[in-house]
Amino acid sequence: MAKIHVTDREGGEHTLEGTPGWSVMEIIRENDLPIEAACGGCCACATCHVYVDEAWLAQLAPASDEEDRMLDEAYEVKENSRLSCQIPFREDLDGLKVTLGPEF
Amino acid sequence: MTAEPIRTDMVVVGAGPVGLFAVFEAGLLNIRCELVDNLDKIGGQCAELYPDKPIYDIPAVPRCTGQQLTDLLLEQIRPFQPRFHLNQEAERLERLEGGGWRLTTSTGTVLEAPTVVIAAGAGSFVPRRLPLPGAEAREGRSVHYAVRRMADFRGKRILIAGGGDSALDWTLNLEPLADSLALVHRRDDFRAAPDSVARMRALVTEGRVKLHIGQITGLHGPEPDLERVTIKSPSGEQDVACDTLLAFYGLKMELGPLAGWGLNLNRNLIEVDVATFETNAPGIFAIGDIITYPGKLKLILSGFHEAALMAQKAHAYVHPDQKLVFRYTTSSTDLQKKLGVA
Repeated sequence: MAKIHVTDREGGEHTLEGTPGWSVMEIIRENDLPIEAACGGCCACATCHVYVDEAWLAQLAPASDEEDRMLDEAYEVKENSRLSCQIPFREDLDGLKVTLGPEF
Repeated sequence: MTAEPIRTDMVVVGAGPVGLFAVFEAGLLNIRCELVDNLDKIGGQCAELYPDKPIYDIPAVPRCTGQQLTDLLLEQIRPFQPRFHLNQEAERLERLEGGGWRLTTSTGTVLEAPTVVIAAGAGSFVPRRLPLPGAEAREGRSVHYAVRRMADFRGKRILIAGGGDSALDWTLNLEPLADSLALVHRRDDFRAAPDSVARMRALVTEGRVKLHIGQITGLHGPEPDLERVTIKSPSGEQDVACDTLLAFYGLKMELGPLAGWGLNLNRNLIEVDVATFETNAPGIFAIGDIITYPGKLKLILSGFHEAALMAQKAHAYVHPDQKLVFRYTTSSTDLQKKLGVA
């Protein structure tokens, strides 16, 4: 089973089973890690903000304009900031590393 | 300021789709409603978060947007003439001697009714606040998240943060009053209305507005005053002098005062009796995304179902002397009269 490694806001590390076809947000949420995802995954808020480990950035489709606009409502946005609802998980992302963005 | 109480049959907290449909189901049973919402508009998340996003899972409506759903529901409940109290948060809930409830809002509206329905979704929408040391101590003094009176900003050295319509509108409106005005946004691209962006850029070209690209990382000066703000950008950090910061980072949802109303909560969701959608407090009902029960799904259609069942029990509080007969809108001329079609 493909894995996702998630670092929470306290620095705790969690290895989750990544279900292909689910978004990264859904995988994090279904594992009861604290991710708000207020809009339910339709790219209408920024409460599933994560930082993607630099090593993995190139393997993800770049953020759409819509996602970039929504990131305006996130805090401490960095070059590797993404909305996790906009990252569909795939087998070849096995080992993907993300860190939860700050609550805002 | 406390006003004369408004007496009604049912106070609905939350004017999202489920609160709106509660007005319909209540209306069919001769229950009049007043609604309270902290947003400045009707529709809840449908209007605030995804007015233009498509919804495909409303029964018999193959496709509509959040705004269209809101508009359709408003049309559907128009015969019942609900009254809306917008821009105010349901703050205090007290049991009245002799039965019923009094709800007081953040702006002093007082509503009294035998029943209250909480259809508050994920809570009320409130401005996102800067999670920086010293921001809270300065709030309302030198750090603001809304403009109540423009005159308060006359002669100030203002820094506005954000890239949406609020940030741009206030940049344009306050620039003539301010001693100086700067705008800070994380990227040189603005989601606000193109016309506002063009006018802002013209002011920047004229040197009347300073534009900084970056994010605020520090507030400085003796609290509650503000002297400087640190802005971080990929090219480094710089301090910008200002005495007033207006931050517009959008709205977020939080449970708010209703968490303290004495209702049984489970992980910030209200527990209900699934036959009646009544909470542990008699006459207080809860429906929609804010509730939990075994098998609960956070779907708009589930909230509609919950509204219908809720109204049956609420009827017993509002019209204790009336026997309730179950009828269909298709066959009952009595119901059709209420809808204004018979």
